[in-house]
Parts: sequence; structure tokens; C-alpha cells
Amino acid sequence: MFKKTVILIAAVFALAATDGYAAELYGTLKKVKEAGVINMGHREASVPFAYIGPKGKPIGYTVDLCYKIIDKIKATLKMPNLKIKLVPVTSQTRIPLLANGTIDIECGSTTNNLTRSKQIDYLAVTFITGTKLGVKKGSGIKEIEDLNGKAIALSLGTTNEKAIKRVAKQKGLKIKYHMVKDHPQGWLALETGRVDAYATDDVLLYGLISKAKKSKNYNVVGRFLSYDPYGIMVRRDDSAMRLLGNTVLADLMRSGEMQKIYDKWFNPGPTKINMPISSTLKTAFEVQALPY
Amino acid sequence: MAMKYNWDWSVLLCRPPEADPTGAVEPGAPGSGSTEFGGGLGQTFDTGAECAQPYFDWIVSGLSWTVIVACCAWVITFSLGSVIGVSRTVENRTVRAIATAYVEIFRNVPLLVQMFIWFFVVPELLPEDAGRWLKRDLPLPEYWTAIVCLGMYHASRTAEQVRAGIEAIPIGQTHAGLAMGLTQTQVYRHVLLPVSYRIIIPPLTSDFMGIFKNSSVALTIGVLELTAQSRQIAEYTFNIFEAFTVATVLYMTVTLIVVTIMRFVEAKVRIPGTIALGGD
Repeated sequence: MFKKTVILIAAVFALAATDGYAAELYGTLKKVKEAGVINMGHREASVPFAYIGPKGKPIGYTVDLCYKIIDKIKATLKMPNLKIKLVPVTSQTRIPLLANGTIDIECGSTTNNLTRSKQIDYLAVTFITGTKLGVKKGSGIKEIEDLNGKAIALSLGTTNEKAIKRVAKQKGLKIKYHMVKDHPQGWLALETGRVDAYATDDVLLYGLISKAKKSKNYNVVGRFLSYDPYGIMVRRDDSAMRLLGNTVLADLMRSGEMQKIYDKWFNPGPTKINMPISSTLKTAFEVQALPY
Repeated sequence: MAMKYNWDWSVLLCRPPEADPTGAVEPGAPGSGSTEFGGGLGQTFDTGAECAQPYFDWIVSGLSWTVIVACCAWVITFSLGSVIGVSRTVENRTVRAIATAYVEIFRNVPLLVQMFIWFFVVPELLPEDAGRWLKRDLPLPEYWTAIVCLGMYHASRTAEQVRAGIEAIPIGQTHAGLAMGLTQTQVYRHVLLPVSYRIIIPPLTSDFMGIFKNSSVALTIGVLELTAQSRQIAEYTFNIFEAFTVATVLYMTVTLIVVTIMRFVEAKVRIPGTIALGGD
């Protein structure tokens, strides 16, 4: 009996000594360890957050941040050769694919809000934007109030749509809404004169203008009509994965590397988007640079 | 691994809130705060309530638009399809060529592409005033476009069924009709069409169901039908599975109703011996 107990205790210690962290693994990290592969979900046309680059691979600001997080996962799991599987997602598929385990992390331009947090978890805020109006120059439109009696394109189901409709209701503005499926269609509606303005996140408007046929004919106007902080998505109820991700982001923010990655993509960035860091985002980086 | 998902079917029953949850302070109003985003703590957004939006009403509205768009499109489909289908069987070569061209063009170009052409390209090809009217002054332009586009796309398919129905009738009946002194038109009116329409009820049924399902393509030009509203709810709440499950169930219900009605019509009008009728 005594001998058995000794063996058992020895076995427990041996297990604890060799396995260390592994005994505590759960959720995404456990899944990644067992499968030997991490599935990175990415958007394909969210310029410059996550889009298909000239070499056919996803690149962008958020993608860079995700690779930093994956590096940390490799180090934590001691799996330097961990395979990375790239899975393209859309705004419709990102939640189901994350929930059912097809992807382990989503890298794109997803607004972090409380309603959505019922289904998924967000890492630290990595970008801050808000709703503005893209208009043709010379249209005389400066603020949303100038759209009274005019037409605007809104992307279906976006936070921008909510914001515009709310303000219009509060101000009693009579605006004709034209719903579109995605950004290129919203832009087409503005280009062909079907609408007088296209409302979306200001950073996306600058991106659309930089790619437009006649960039000089358009500009971004108005005050911010909503507050849209972007975040990387991970599965819910997975503190270990969330802590790991936030540690990486806090490290980047503390060391100033975050700002360098920002400048690489936005100032001026490969798509000439020319958006120097805003004071709000700079403050957000400072606030989120948590100490050890 | 088990799916991490918070099921919440109750969002589908959300009705408009009693009082407007949005406060009086407009977010980002000039001078209302110190940050770039204007409001700071004074910002009022949707409350955290489960029912931030009347999702139930969205589904009802989406379903109604699906039914309206599909039924209006079917009127075009049936009338235009009949004309084209008959035209494909007449003796006049020009008429036949035009009808054949119509069928080949509208049947062979994907519906999605046709939707885009009608909505984005056609207004640009018209004279400026007409184009402007289509884009700006016509009320609900996306709905009209969707109805016309769907109707004309499906008309090409219905035309083929009408033609097949007419050609299925032995040529002797036409000859007999002509021999009795009926004109060509009268032969169609009294001999060919009454029989052929009865024969083609089953394929017409599947085509009618097809219109309901294809009406979802109209969301790409901004028609807020059932699929669009489901997507909208999914985006707002992130309860994606619930939103699309209800859409699936509603589509199936609608098509089942269509099948039931058409079965009834089929049984009522059938001519014994012309069609093998299942289910009785």
C-alpha cells in the first residue's frame, strides 16, 4: 500500500515536472497544440487592415499584429514549426467560423462592441475610427444635415448604417437610403450619381478614394457620427488565449513598435492612404500598454 | 471541439421599444465634448438591451418584400414567357429568331450579372434625363429593377416550357384545327394553349418556387428582402445561426405553400389522359 502511494506521488510529480504548462492548456491553445496548426481567419479587401497583397497572400496592419501573436503562441507551446493555415472570411462568415473552430483568430477590421461580445471576445483595441461621409467635391455637402432631401448609400448591417439612421431620426432629416452589399458597390453608387454620399468608417473612405479612378473629385467630410474601435477576435470564454494576445499587443504598445507598424501601413502606407496617427489612437495605445 | 456559441432565439421576437432608447444628446455634435469623437461620456448609443432594434418587424418586412417581389416578377414571367414561348413555335422566321435570341440571352447570362447590368449599367446607357430619373426620381428604384430583372430572367425559362408544352401536342391536332377552318390564332387559342398550359403546370411550379428563391439575389442591389434582413440581423446581433435558421424555415414554408396551391390547381384543371398525376 505504502509503496503504491509513493509510486503514485512520484508519478504525479513527474507529470507535473515534465508537463508543466501543458497540464493547464485549454481552449484555443490546447486545440492548436493538438492539431499542430493554427487557423488564421483574414479579410480579403479591408485595405489596409487585411487584404490580398501583390503576392496573393493576406497582408495588412491587423495581419501583421496577428503574426506577432502567432509568434508568441509558437514560443509558448514550444512549437517553432507550427503550421499557419490562412482562411479567408467575410463579415457574414467570421462569427460562425470562429464559433465552430474553423478559425482560431480573426484578423480584419471588426468593430468591437458590447452586443457582439456576447458571441466572441476581442483583444485590445488596435485602431479607432468612426462614421464619416464620402462625397463628390463641389456637392456642397459638409455635414449630415446637408443631406436633407438627398440620397445616401449605406452598407447593410454596419455600425455606420445604425449611426446615420439614428442621427437622421434625431434631427428629423429626410434622407433617402440606398442599401448596398459592400464597399465597392457603395462607391459605385456614389460614382454613378445614384446617391450624394456614401457613409462608412473614415479610414475606409480614404482607402476607397485612394483607389478611385478620379481620386481628386472626392473628399471625406463631416464630424464623426459614431465611435468604432477595431479589435482582433478570438473565441469567447478563453482567458488564456485572450491574455496571450493582449500581452503581445501591450508589449508592442509599450515598446513603441505598435506605432512603427501603424506608420508602415498608414503613413503613407503601401496604398498611399496618408493617415498620420490620431491623438485618440495614440492615447489608446498608451492606456492599453499595461505593465507586467 | 464543442462549438462556442450563445444561442438566443429571443432576439427574433424583438419588437420596437416603447420609448426611443437613444437620448437627446447627439453623438459627436459640434462642441458637445472635448475628444475627436465629440461626445465623450455624453455619447448616447444603442442601449445594451437585448432588443436594440425591432428584429421581428425586420423579418416580417423582409418576408413581405420577398413575396411582393416574387409575385410581381411572376406576373412578368408568365405573360412575357407565354408570348416568347408561343413566338418560338410560330411559322414567321423573324419572330422565331427574335424569341430564340431572347431565350438564349436571358437564360445564359447569370442572374447576378443581369441584376448588376439592369441596376448599374442600363441607367448610364440611357439619355441623361432618363438615367437620372431611373436613379433618383423613381421611388424604390432597386425594387422595380429587381422585379423587372427577375421577371425577364425567368420569362426565358417559362418560354421554353410553353414551347415544350405546345410541341408536345401531336401536330395532327393543329392540322385538324386548320382543316376545320380555324385560323392560326384560333388554333392556338382553342386547341394548343389550353392543353399545353395544363401539361406544363409541374415545371411552372418549380419555376415559380425558383423565383422566390432567386429573389434573394436582389439583395445585391439593395432590396431588403428576407435574406438581406437576416444578414442585417446577423450583423447587428451576431446571432447568425438564429437569423439564417428563421430565413430557411420561412423560405421552405413559402415554397411549400406554393407547391400546395399549384398541386390543387393541377388537380382541378387536368385533362384525364394528358398528364400522369401523382398523389391521387
